[in-house]
Amino acid sequence: MNKKIVKILVPAGALGIPFDKNALINGIKQKPDLIAIDGGSTDSGPYYLGSGKSKYSYSTTKRDWSILMEMRAKAKVPLLIGTAGTCGTKSSVEWMLKITKEIAKENKEKLKIVTLKTDLSNEFVLEKYKSGKIRPLEGAPKINEDIINNCTNIVALAGVEQIQKAINTNADIIIAGRSTDTALIASLPIYHGLNIGSAWHGAKIAECGALSTNNPNSGVVLLEFDYNGFTITPMCKNTKATPQTVFAHMLYENADPYILLEPGGYLDVSNAKYKKHKKNSVRVEGSKWFNKNPYTLKLEGARLVGFQTISIVLIRDPHYVKNIDKWINKLKNSFYKKTKNIILFDVRLELRIVGKDATLGNLEPLTINNNEVAVMAIFTANSQEKANDSAKLLNPDLLHLALTKNEPMPTFAFPFSPPEIDKGPLFEFCFHHVIEVDNPINFFQLEFHNT
Amino acid sequence: MKTLSKITKNIRSKNAGPFWVTVDLFFKDKGSFFYACKNISNEEVSNILKIKSNHLKRFDIENLKVIKFSFPRKNIQGSRLDRDMHGASFAILFEKLSV
Repeated sequence: MNKKIVKILVPAGALGIPFDKNALINGIKQKPDLIAIDGGSTDSGPYYLGSGKSKYSYSTTKRDWSILMEMRAKAKVPLLIGTAGTCGTKSSVEWMLKITKEIAKENKEKLKIVTLKTDLSNEFVLEKYKSGKIRPLEGAPKINEDIINNCTNIVALAGVEQIQKAINTNADIIIAGRSTDTALIASLPIYHGLNIGSAWHGAKIAECGALSTNNPNSGVVLLEFDYNGFTITPMCKNTKATPQTVFAHMLYENADPYILLEPGGYLDVSNAKYKKHKKNSVRVEGSKWFNKNPYTLKLEGARLVGFQTISIVLIRDPHYVKNIDKWINKLKNSFYKKTKNIILFDVRLELRIVGKDATLGNLEPLTINNNEVAVMAIFTANSQEKANDSAKLLNPDLLHLALTKNEPMPTFAFPFSPPEIDKGPLFEFCFHHVIEVDNPINFFQLEFHNT
Repeated sequence: MKTLSKITKNIRSKNAGPFWVTVDLFFKDKGSFFYACKNISNEEVSNILKIKSNHLKRFDIENLKVIKFSFPRKNIQGSRLDRDMHGASFAILFEKLSV
């Protein structure tokens, strides 16, 4: 039977970000229909999707997740996590499933768990690319067959159709792969026939937890959805949502503050009205949802582009600090001369001057007169061994390269031994594209697990 | 002439997905907001970012006293030549902008 009001408790902006446990207990008292949280996004860079690994450790994730599982048992409602393990690949879904089973075993809990994996194979994506079913979004990089073949992981972001299917299994815990943060929250109110625009909009406002309130670190917020709108209420004491803090959240990490592209359509909040409600809450109405045909899901993929080693040297000699650009050029020339005719010829070197323009590069407007700078030498090669060999090759120059032949041999400061550190694989995001999907509900497969 | 840092409460920049950066200028009051709306040109902003002005999106949001700029990033987030994973440092470039 359809509910007239759906309540969703969001414990934090992502699993791994701190939340206030008392606020969570308070949230459970409000009798939510679902506890929903996301486990990540692309925010931390391409390494996680590229490697299929989580940004947070097993032990801290287990600690936080066990609190949410405990709350779920109290509330007797489903607990849903999407984009499990930072990147939402099948490997990180399995990792999250392992943690869940381990906690259940320790607590002797009998649980029905469902997993939704959203990985796509390179072959599948390639075939869709060839048949014109993959389209670029604004600002997308160029893609080609090689790039698709070289992806170590490709995922599509699940929308409400796929998340609803997982919720409808009546599982106690749902572990989803990559999903839009919003779909995790919007699925249940839309399933119950409540206002679609408000479901997506409320989801967007709450997807970073209490970031849309005056106390972002408190984490926990409650959303109430109905036929006309949604209400957001922070669950921590002395925390307020105001029309300003809620509307302002539409700015955060969004290129466009009014339009949000989602699976199957888009949200338009240009005419939404934000009103103070009771003491700490905000009521929002007037958000609009528009379906788009054909149905699309957004793609994410990361490919391996090389391996890196970095060396760091500290320069304190005033003569060298003053002439750092000249020294850097000399260092670079020396490196390319040494590598020109050997196996390291294709290794790429970048020298970033920390204390000058390492952050902004050629956009840096200031000239800073420092007493010291650090030079970060970044070697990128097609194998870790070659990256490391290159760093070793440049080692004597980093330590002793003189600006001119007429000056005594300098020695700079190596902060550690060895000065080079292998950084491992370098991945690159390669899709800002959508894929056309004929049968959204059955696009991904569910798997069932019992503890 | 005023610098933006004088008439704003906060300027922040952030990645908006791996391919875009967005900058939010929060003005102190409506007066500053309207003054800035009139006096910040997209050309100047494009110049400090070294991007083409037709790649810049701009939203003047009166209710929040915010001007928002979004633009595709030159180097994809976390790629070899990217220097700032979360695009947080672009905000600095706006502080000294004269309006």
